Amino acid sequence: MNWLSQNWERLGELLLNHVALSIPAIVISVLVAVPIGRLAFRKPILGGPVLGAASLLYAVPALPLLVVIPALAGLSPRSPWVMVIALSLYGIALLVRTSADAFAAVDRTVREGALAVGHSPASVFWRVDLPLALPVLIPGIRVVTVSTISLVTIGALIGVSSLGSLLTDGFQRGIVASVITGVVATVALALAFDGLLLLAGRVLTPWRRWSHEPRGGIPVDR
Amino acid sequence: MIEFDAVSKIYPGGSEAVREFSLRVPSHRTVVLVGSSGSGKTTLLRMVNRMVDPTAGRVLIDGEDIQSRDPVQLRRSIGYVLQQGGLLPHRTIADNIATVPILNGMPRKQALAEVPALMARVGLDPGFARRYPGQLSGGQQQRVGVARALASDPNILLMDEPFGAVDPIVRRELQDELLRLQAELGKTILFVTHDIDEAFRLGDEIVVLKEKGLVAQRGTPQQILAAPADEFVRDFVGVGRAERQLVLEEVDGRTLAVDGDGRPVGILRA
Amino acid sequence: MNLVEAFRWIADPGNWGGTSGIAARIVEHLWVTFLSLLAAAAVALPVGVLIGHTGRGAGVIGAFTGAFRAIPTLGLLTLFGLLLGIGLAAPMLALVILAIPSLLAGAYSGIHSVDPTIAGAARAIGMSPAQVITRVELPLALPVLIGGIRAATLQIVATATLAAYTADYGLGRYLFAGLKTRDYPQMIGGAIIVIALALILELLLAAVQRTIDQRVTRPSTREKLGSRHG
Repeated sequence: MNWLSQNWERLGELLLNHVALSIPAIVISVLVAVPIGRLAFRKPILGGPVLGAASLLYAVPALPLLVVIPALAGLSPRSPWVMVIALSLYGIALLVRTSADAFAAVDRTVREGALAVGHSPASVFWRVDLPLALPVLIPGIRVVTVSTISLVTIGALIGVSSLGSLLTDGFQRGIVASVITGVVATVALALAFDGLLLLAGRVLTPWRRWSHEPRGGIPVDR
Repeated sequence: MIEFDAVSKIYPGGSEAVREFSLRVPSHRTVVLVGSSGSGKTTLLRMVNRMVDPTAGRVLIDGEDIQSRDPVQLRRSIGYVLQQGGLLPHRTIADNIATVPILNGMPRKQALAEVPALMARVGLDPGFARRYPGQLSGGQQQRVGVARALASDPNILLMDEPFGAVDPIVRRELQDELLRLQAELGKTILFVTHDIDEAFRLGDEIVVLKEKGLVAQRGTPQQILAAPADEFVRDFVGVGRAERQLVLEEVDGRTLAVDGDGRPVGILRA
Repeated sequence: MNLVEAFRWIADPGNWGGTSGIAARIVEHLWVTFLSLLAAAAVALPVGVLIGHTGRGAGVIGAFTGAFRAIPTLGLLTLFGLLLGIGLAAPMLALVILAIPSLLAGAYSGIHSVDPTIAGAARAIGMSPAQVITRVELPLALPVLIGGIRAATLQIVATATLAAYTADYGLGRYLFAGLKTRDYPQMIGGAIIVIALALILELLLAAVQRTIDQRVTRPSTREKLGSRHG
């Protein structure tokens, strides 16, 4: 507690850094993965290889990726962009499959019904496909958000400042309180974002309150 | 012989499935429990092999209270056929049929050697032995289910809507097959269905159930059709339905039986 | 170009031999992965199977796996490192704990996905609870269960790389040593080797999963192939 009261300001600063790294990565993941996922669903010939590539990409360990990206992209090893690129890649890899599943879960007859009553293909996407895909999509985005926020900490190993810095500093200087603060703050941040998305999901899919929740399995992931 | 002695079943949570039901199923006879959903018929059937234990009352087999029997051993001594076969999708037809004898300790080789005869008995081509359930039609899977139930030669067969999931023509074939088998084997059969026509075709005795195992009427098909006990049974049996209202009509010197819609259904033998 | 030098570092036979050579480090990395997986599986698989079989405690698994995702792996590694000292015990403990959720979820979801009427039928014809699990539920759950093992394995390989931060073990050492001494060819070369190792394991386990999936869920295709040969 003593340590925490002396490092209050630093915690706030690191928290901001953490959020500033996480949000762009999450937004980029969603913006890139959803269209790719829809394409993978609509064109199964493309979909197979795309989903295969995504699962391979997801298998790449994080720290080595952080080390290789600057060499590939010609960036400085400590640039925050390295972190954002790596996190986005994981997010995309994770979310492409979920997006494809989400669009596949939309009832075909509803889509055809919408076309039949005169929606244009574009308005079918915005008014039918996308809203009806949300019940599967949002849990996927929640998983991406939580794992992104947790993964940001690894950046501290290559010198990108975040809540992870509390972990590395604490370890180097033997301060357990610093490490515990880092872990707790990261988990709290992740759960706060998760809660926000859960609420957003409820607001965006009001019709679900009157239907039975599907008997959901638990996603197997890392 | 199976006896239900005032059995009741209240599930945890308070929903009552069966209230004070009693019945004797004599050996070598087919008794059909018929009723709509909520009549408790499946619960009653499942009490016989202790898939469900009654909350009150007893079930006896040949005079012995089955509560004292080990459920697993009991189940291995009773043939059970259920809707859609309940076959193991990852085992071959032969393995499925030989399951119970192997569970009972018969060497696998010997159990498998008896499979072709069992398949022939239920009207299946023994050539299917090495296939998987997914490769067979619904009717064929159902025959496998019957063969599996017969494999350890049990005295008792429990059949839980076994022909409910197949189309009417196949259902008719399977019913005929069961009648033929029963004439040959003389098992004690407890059969559950919601289809009164199936009950009339298969049952030596029929028990019509209202809700919660309440007996509306029991008797032979003839007795039930001739004298329905009440409005419920009359409706259930469909005494008023056109196809049950037969009149005789003379046509070219022969006597036809004609139903309520005027459609001929048969010829009266001289 | 760092990348070219990294590949030159990998290609140098002088870097492969000896007790701290690449070959020895790969063996170390795989060994620690295998041991952690084994320990985690010994805990998680029986529990997951039991919960899937009885249906009791399923909500706990959901909450458990969800909350675990939020815990930073580096946090566990550094915390255990401080508490248990610099050695293999701290990272091993972290690796085992981090692998448990995937294995638990895989075992639970696999058993849970088995059609309850099939398990019920197996019970009705006289299989004991243990026989229902070993002869019916486990074989049918295998593809999903292997998926959990696959996820856990890759999680461990990745985290074992981080583990070199607190213990001198495995391929991660090249990354941290390179980082500290600004030996970028070594650092990037080490990273490439870890990535290659992870991808090979992923492809291998994916192939295993596919094969088992075909055996279990579509045995008919195997039969068709068999009949063509005989």
